[in-house]
Amino acid sequence: METRELICIGCPLGCPLTVRIDGENVEVSGNTCKRGEDYAHKEVLSPTRIVTSSVHVKGGELEMVSVKTKEDIPKGKIFEIMEEIRKTSVDAPVVIGDVIIDNCAGTGIPVIATKNVDRV
Amino acid sequence: MEKHDIVIIGGGPAGLAAAVAARKAGIQDILILERDGCLGGILNQCIHNGFGLHTFKEELTGPEYAARYIDMVLEEKIPYKLNTMVIDINKEKEVTVINREDGLTTIQAKAIILAMGCRERPRGALNIPGYRPAGIYSAGTAQRLMNIEGFSVGKEVVILGSGDIGLIMARRMTLEGAKVKVVAELMPYSGGLKRNIVQCLDDYGIPLKLSHTVVNIEGKERVTGITIAQVGPDRKPIPGTEEHYTCDTLLLSVGLIPENELSRSIGINMSRITSGPEVNDQLETSSEGVFACGNVLHVHDLVDYVSEEATLAGTNAAAYVQAGEEKENCHVVELKAENGVRYTVPQTLDVNHMQDKVTVRFRVADVYKDRYITVYYDGVQVSKKKKKVLAPGEMEQVILKKDSFGEYPDLKNIVICTEVE
Repeated sequence: METRELICIGCPLGCPLTVRIDGENVEVSGNTCKRGEDYAHKEVLSPTRIVTSSVHVKGGELEMVSVKTKEDIPKGKIFEIMEEIRKTSVDAPVVIGDVIIDNCAGTGIPVIATKNVDRV
Repeated sequence: MEKHDIVIIGGGPAGLAAAVAARKAGIQDILILERDGCLGGILNQCIHNGFGLHTFKEELTGPEYAARYIDMVLEEKIPYKLNTMVIDINKEKEVTVINREDGLTTIQAKAIILAMGCRERPRGALNIPGYRPAGIYSAGTAQRLMNIEGFSVGKEVVILGSGDIGLIMARRMTLEGAKVKVVAELMPYSGGLKRNIVQCLDDYGIPLKLSHTVVNIEGKERVTGITIAQVGPDRKPIPGTEEHYTCDTLLLSVGLIPENELSRSIGINMSRITSGPEVNDQLETSSEGVFACGNVLHVHDLVDYVSEEATLAGTNAAAYVQAGEEKENCHVVELKAENGVRYTVPQTLDVNHMQDKVTVRFRVADVYKDRYITVYYDGVQVSKKKKKVLAPGEMEQVILKKDSFGEYPDLKNIVICTEVE
């Protein structure tokens, strides 16, 4: 049995949630609506995030192109993904949606460009 | 003299949405003036996601959101000039601009849309003691250096102010390998969105110290350390509560100020609370034919609302150009912000010429729980809506419907306020 304190991000109210976790069994208290319960379940069982960053561009009109993971990735993988992103650079031109890193950090999810950078 | 129907000052989210709306309303002759080297404004450096949930029903990053509007401007073939700075506008709607290609020129506009955005409050406005070493940045400057120019800003960081840009930068710098030691906030509550506190600070174990401020900056060449202290209800540091942090960087996220030098140069009536122009329900300023939208009007939390507001300004500027004559039979009513509501935008409303619905946006003065937002027409309560929580960091709105004024032919003022019960 594990207990965790969370703050719900469903609305500006920001209810303080107490979550008791017993394997797959999750008990939420402190929430004032259903959204709080859903948020707590997701957050303790499989928290995910979109990671955004930027990588250097060679031969482009800009120094950097912004990137993101195409989908949510497990929260625990954030720093592994950042390490791969930091090692990466691309050649211009880059178009929004271009795959910058395929299958980033073994998540099966690509990192894609979120900005257009023309060649100079 | 070069002439255009509508001149839009600023090619950020507000200017782009205003331009697209004005074109859709039938105005062919539009010109956008942008001082930076590309369109999109501040969105270009806001590489995090969370934009567009209202407008596009999906979560985009800043550059992606900007690209959607830039594509619309390109598709509509709306002309724009980059690297072009507007240095003056006057009551005759003459716009004086300067750039490398044309030098100094003057453009005659039939209508002007102000969409210049805002800028960050600098260190100089804060009275923090200490030298002026390298390593002190406003959060937005650090964001630009990292995300657009590709520089590393610092390794050990203290952040003053918990506005959204500061929170976003706390996460950004952590992801890039820096150690963010603390975020200090002068007020007893954060000025940022809840989601950002959780996902930018809590996710990475970065402490947020409310009712704290920076009392000393150490270092002559480069920042070497920061001292913070707790503040009392008078917001003055409490002796004996000082804490020292070794760091090489101090980021300031201490508020945004609408950039209204041009608005002042025409003598537009300004709001002392928003630091933006006062506008009517058409988003027209006190200078006829000059409209305002986006962060130059009042600072927004969400770009989606900027786009919505700018669309209205663009549509109304188009209608102004097409009408070509002054409105008759106006019935102007003043909107008053009272009891916990700090301001309203718009500040006045013309009952006879308003759209079917007018969105009134405002911010509250403090964090309130279980309060009502109440609307009065000449002292008569017409609506009351319960809110579990209200916070200065989250913009609120009420919608006023034209048909609700039918029973008030002599209406003089509308009051929007918070009430306990």
